[in-house]
Amino acid sequence: MIVLWTDALIFMLISALLVLAFYLRGKEHIKRPLQKIVSSKVGMGSLIILLFFIFIGLLDSVHFKPTDTKNNEIISLLDAWATPLREHTEKTYSAPFATTLYSKEIILLADGAGQWGYPRLAYGGNYLNGAESEHLIDILKKIANGFAQSAGLMVFSLLCYLIIRRKVQAQQRDFFYFSSSVTVSLIVSFIIISMAYTLIHLSGYYHVFGTDKVGEDVFYQAIKSIRTGLVLGTLTTLIMLPMAIIFGILAGFFRGWIDDLIQYIYTTLNSIPSVLLIAASILMVQVYMVNHEQDFTSVIVRADVRLLFLCLILGVTNWTGLCRLLRAETLKLRELEYVQAAQALGVKQGMILFRHILPNVMHIILISVVLDFSALVLAEAVLSYINIGVDPTTYSWGNMINGARLEMAREPIVWWSLSAAFVFMFTLVLAANLFADTVHEAFDPRRNAE
Amino acid sequence: MIQYIIRRFLYAIPLLLGVNILTFVLFFIVNSPDDMARMQLGQKHITEQSINNWKHQHGYDLPLLWNAEKQGETKITQTIFYQKSVGLFLFRFGVSDSGRNIGADIKERMWPSLALALPTLCVGLLVDVTFALLMVLFRSSYLEKAGIVLCVTLMSISSLFYIIGGQFFMAKILKLVPISGYDDGLAAIKFLVLPVLIGVFSGVGSGVRWYRTLFIEEVEKDYVRTARAKGLTETQTLFLHVLRNALIPILTGVVVILPLLFMGSLIMESFFSIPGLGSYTIDAINSQDFAIVRAMVFLGSVLYVIGLLLTDISYTLVDPRVRLS
Repeated sequence: MIVLWTDALIFMLISALLVLAFYLRGKEHIKRPLQKIVSSKVGMGSLIILLFFIFIGLLDSVHFKPTDTKNNEIISLLDAWATPLREHTEKTYSAPFATTLYSKEIILLADGAGQWGYPRLAYGGNYLNGAESEHLIDILKKIANGFAQSAGLMVFSLLCYLIIRRKVQAQQRDFFYFSSSVTVSLIVSFIIISMAYTLIHLSGYYHVFGTDKVGEDVFYQAIKSIRTGLVLGTLTTLIMLPMAIIFGILAGFFRGWIDDLIQYIYTTLNSIPSVLLIAASILMVQVYMVNHEQDFTSVIVRADVRLLFLCLILGVTNWTGLCRLLRAETLKLRELEYVQAAQALGVKQGMILFRHILPNVMHIILISVVLDFSALVLAEAVLSYINIGVDPTTYSWGNMINGARLEMAREPIVWWSLSAAFVFMFTLVLAANLFADTVHEAFDPRRNAE
Repeated sequence: MIQYIIRRFLYAIPLLLGVNILTFVLFFIVNSPDDMARMQLGQKHITEQSINNWKHQHGYDLPLLWNAEKQGETKITQTIFYQKSVGLFLFRFGVSDSGRNIGADIKERMWPSLALALPTLCVGLLVDVTFALLMVLFRSSYLEKAGIVLCVTLMSISSLFYIIGGQFFMAKILKLVPISGYDDGLAAIKFLVLPVLIGVFSGVGSGVRWYRTLFIEEVEKDYVRTARAKGLTETQTLFLHVLRNALIPILTGVVVILPLLFMGSLIMESFFSIPGLGSYTIDAINSQDFAIVRAMVFLGSVLYVIGLLLTDISYTLVDPRVRLS
C-alpha cells in the first residue's frame, strides 16, 4: 500500500468529517436543518449521486504497487478492478460500440496483399464475425443482460429489506410505505446502480465511449477523472478553511490593527486576478519540479504533487471571500447580548471565540464549502485548458476536453471524448449545485425564518 | 469629497506595494533567476556560461536587493528589485523574455480586449436583469420554478462546452460567422458576434440567479408593500421601485470590474484568436515568459484597485443615503 499526498489528505478529511459528525450528534440546532435536508427530494437525490461519485473517488484513492507486474507502476484499487478496461487499448480512435477503427488503413491480408479498409479492433466486439445486423443485436442483448442482472439484484435486496423491516417493526401500516424523499433516493440509486452495472458489463465487450487518439478507453478516462475533480473540490476547501476561519474571526472580534492588517492582506491577495496568480504560482512550481527532478520518483508521484500544489494555490486565492463573510458575521455577533454577557462574566477571550463565536458562524462555513465545490470542479477544466491546471498525465475532464478540442476540426468529427467528459462533469456539478442549494436552504437562518 | 477620494487613493499605494512585493517574492526568491534560465534554455546539460549569458541578456544578472559593488545610489538601482519591480509603478513594463516591448504590446492589444469584453458585459447585464425581473414578476409559479431549474442546469455546464458547442454549431455547421480571427475597425464585428453571444449565454445561469435573489430580497420590503397598497400594479412597483433600489448593488458590482475589462477574457480570446490582452497572457504562460506574466499581474492589480476606488465613488453618487466618513 502506497499513500500519496492527496490520498493522505483525503483520508484525513474523511476522518475529520467523522469526528465532526460524532461531536455534533444529537445537537438540536444541527438536527433540524439535517432533517430538512433528509426530507428534501432534490437534496436526497443529489446526495445519492454525490455519494456514488465519492465512492468511486475513494476506490481510486487507495494506491498500491501490484506484486506481479514487472514495471514499477503504482495503481489504485479502481485500476486493479478495471484492469481489462485499462489494458484493452486499441491503435487509435474508434467510435463508441464500434468494432472497427475510425479511420481507414491498409490491412494486410493473409496472402500478403494490402487492402484499403477499416481494420477490426483488437478488443471491441472482437468475437463478432463482422455482420452489421449481428452487431446491433449483440449490443442490445448485452444491454438487456446487464440491466436485467442489476435490476434483479436490486429488486431482490429491496424485498429482503422490506421483509426484515416487517419483522422488526410489526406495526408498520403498509408493506411498501416510503416517505417521498426516500422514494426519490431509491429511484435515483436504482437508476445509477443499474446504469453503472450495465456500463461495466458492456465495457467488457465494447468501448462504451470509444477510444481516444492513442487508443485508450474513454470510459476509463472519464471514471479516473472523478477522483481529480473531487480532490480539487474538497482538498482546496480543506486548505483554505483554517486560514479563512482564523483570520475572519480574529479580524471581526478584535478589530483595531489586527482587523486592518487582515483586511490589508486579503485585499492585496484579492486584487491580483486569480487566474494570473494561479498561473504565476504554477509556473514557479513547474520551474521547481524541472530543477528537482530527482525528488519525484515516478510519473504518478509527480502528478500528485502538482495536483496538491494546485489545491494549495486555489486555496490561497479562494479563502478571501469566506474570510470577508466571517469577519462581517463576527462583527455582528460580538455585539450580541450573550457574547457581551460572557465578556462581562470574565470568560477568557479564546473561550468566547471557541464557544460562542465559532459555533454560530458554522452555517456560513458549511454553506460556502458546498457552494465552492462545484465552482472548483468547473475551474479545473478551464485551468487545464490554459495549461496551468493539473499535470497533463493526470486523468481529468479538463485534459479530456483539451485533447478532444483539437479533434473538432477533423472531418468526420471525433465527438465521444467531449461527450463523455460533458456527461460526467455535468452530472457531478449539477448534483453538487442542487445539493448546495438544499444545504443553503436548510442552514441559512434568513431563509429558515420564512 | 475630494478629501475622501485622496484618502482612498493613498490607501491604494500600500496595496500595490504589497502586490509588487508578493510578485517579486514569487518570481525571484522562490525560484532564483538561475532556475528560470535553466527552464528557458530547457536542456539537460547546461553550462554555467550559457546560464550567465541568458541572465545577462535579460538583465537578471544583478543582485536581488542590494548591489554592494556599486557606488552611491546605484547600490539600489542596479538590482533586480529596482530594475524589474519598481519600474512597474511607473508603467514601465520593460522588455519581455523574447525581446518585445511589453508596454507597446499592451497598448496595442488593449482595444480588441475591450471590444470583446464591453459588449459582453452590457448585453449580459441587460439579459440577466430582464430575465431576473421576469422571474420575480412570475414568482411562486411554475414558470419561476422552471426558470430556476433552467438556471441551475445552465450553471452546471462548463464554459468550455459553451464555447466549443457554439463554435461548432454557429460557425461550422450553420456557417453564420467565421470560426475565429480578428480584423481592425468595423470589420471586427462579424468576428465578435459569436464570442459575445457565448459570453452572455455562459453567464446567464449564475447571473439571473444572483439578480433574482437581489430582487426577491427587495420585493419583500415594506416600501414595496406600501407601493402596492397605494394601488400600483405589480409591473409598476417592479420597475419603478424594486429595480431602482436594486440598482445600487448591481451598479457597484459592475463598476468594480469595469477597469478589468481591459484585461480581456483569457479563454474567450484564445479560443477565438482575438489578439487581446487575454490571449497575450495565455501565450506568455504557455511560453513561460515571466516578464509578461509579472507585468500582467501588476496591471491587473492596478485595474482592480482603480475599480475599488470607482466603486466607492459611485456609491456616493448613486445612493444619497451613503455619507462619506
